[in-house]
Amino acid sequence: MTAVTLSTRVGKQMGRGVSAVVRRWLVFVVLVGVWEAVTRLSASPFFPPPSKIAVSAANLWFTGPAGHLFLTDAVFDNVFPSLERALGGWAVAGIIAIALGVLIGRSRVAMEFVNPLFTFFRSIPPPLLIPVFITLLGLGPGMQTGSIIFGAVWPVLLNAVDGARSVDEVKLETARSLRTPRLYWIGMVVLPAAAPKIFAGLRLSLSISLLLMVISEFQGYPLGMGRALINAQLDFNLPAMWAWIVLLGILGYLFNSVFLAVERRVLAWQPTRLGRD
Amino acid sequence: MTRLFRGLAGLVAFLLLWEILVRTGLVSVNAVPPPSAVLPTVGKLLGDVSFLRDLIATMLAWLIAILIAVAIAVPAGLLLGSIPAARTATAAVVEFLRPIPVAALIPLVLLLIGSGPEAKISLAVYASVWPIMFNTIYALGEIDPVLTETARACGTNRARMLTSVALPHAAPFVFTGIRLSATIALIAVVSTEFLAGSDLGLGNFILVASTGGTRFDLVYAGTVVAGAFGLLINEGLELLGKRMFRWSTVDRGVRA
Repeated sequence: MTAVTLSTRVGKQMGRGVSAVVRRWLVFVVLVGVWEAVTRLSASPFFPPPSKIAVSAANLWFTGPAGHLFLTDAVFDNVFPSLERALGGWAVAGIIAIALGVLIGRSRVAMEFVNPLFTFFRSIPPPLLIPVFITLLGLGPGMQTGSIIFGAVWPVLLNAVDGARSVDEVKLETARSLRTPRLYWIGMVVLPAAAPKIFAGLRLSLSISLLLMVISEFQGYPLGMGRALINAQLDFNLPAMWAWIVLLGILGYLFNSVFLAVERRVLAWQPTRLGRD
Repeated sequence: MTRLFRGLAGLVAFLLLWEILVRTGLVSVNAVPPPSAVLPTVGKLLGDVSFLRDLIATMLAWLIAILIAVAIAVPAGLLLGSIPAARTATAAVVEFLRPIPVAALIPLVLLLIGSGPEAKISLAVYASVWPIMFNTIYALGEIDPVLTETARACGTNRARMLTSVALPHAAPFVFTGIRLSATIALIAVVSTEFLAGSDLGLGNFILVASTGGTRFDLVYAGTVVAGAFGLLINEGLELLGKRMFRWSTVDRGVRA
């Protein structure tokens, strides 16, 4: 008896799981199917069918030697170094911005001195600074990392300042009356209070980093995903170009998902989270 | 007053430091012109007709892109926000489209529609639709049930619900989305101009000036103007939001 109910329940749950998956992916699969059909019928050179893009992607990235886990040189030359610079630049920017932001945010006058300057820097569309970084650091990985750091630093910095200021009076007074040591105060009171804002800034900076990674490679740096994408366009190899676009989309999705998972864990203690985009 | 004074002091200190770094030769004059060369160039450019044409082209493209993005994203957000089934069904597609960096689409758009104003506008629309749409969806999920129940108890019909309850509630959130998008749209517009070499635009001006290689003060001056325009957008929208939504208790604090 119990065995029967149990198995029916499992069956029902599986049924629910399947229907959830279907509901989530049905439209996606149908759209890809329509795309495939339409592109095959129209045979436009600009819109290769998804199946062709997939084949091109497989040839581009997964035909390497077994020793390299079947990854091709294109992956080692273009994908990994690009990501290293994007994520590295983002991380460096994040560390600088959080440290500086918390310091400035807790000082009464510092922000008044730097606010107009920082607001201005934040407002410059970061891709426009690439020529400046090229003259300063040359056409190499340095200018790429430099422009990524500069572009990614401001959203985090300004959010960290706002966040560090949002520590409420009660906590401030309590910490003071308990003579909380300075480091402990920063680490256990100010940073947690600023964390939601810092995460909002970090998330925006992550997408800016990816954008700058691509654009700075367009600007002449010889390797990287952006460069590979442009080369595919110049060679009029549209399936490869689409493959790079899709890869950038997948990577963006992956980073965002990992970031959100980490954010949820770190900020799990927050009473109400305004999960905004 | 002290606030303004301190802010100015910070700016002046930065400009002085920059001037000194160049004058002492720590930074090469050829690569980095001193502010004493850049600021007069900014003034000269603002009186220059062909530069103003570039500036206006960028501003117009930005404005059109934002308007189109709002016209697409708000109805889409209202639709997806009020019909959960539609949201689940489209989630996979949206999650796949949204994270594509807009720069990656530039080569494709150039092939498809060339480097005219349509290219930068469509890329900016693509980039700026998402924050507005997500904020609209999010706002609909956050409506206080007391409001909707009250409205329903008063016999409000669906259309009235949307216009008198949902929209006013969603407005501050939508505005947050627009503020985020405004920055993103400007980045998309100038990036496209910068990479595509379109005929007009600030990005194109900076590209031409930087490939010339001899007049780097023009590059810096163009960048300063672009920053000023960005600043105007950011601060203007922030002030506008504060004025328009004084009644709202929502924290719109995310700075972008």
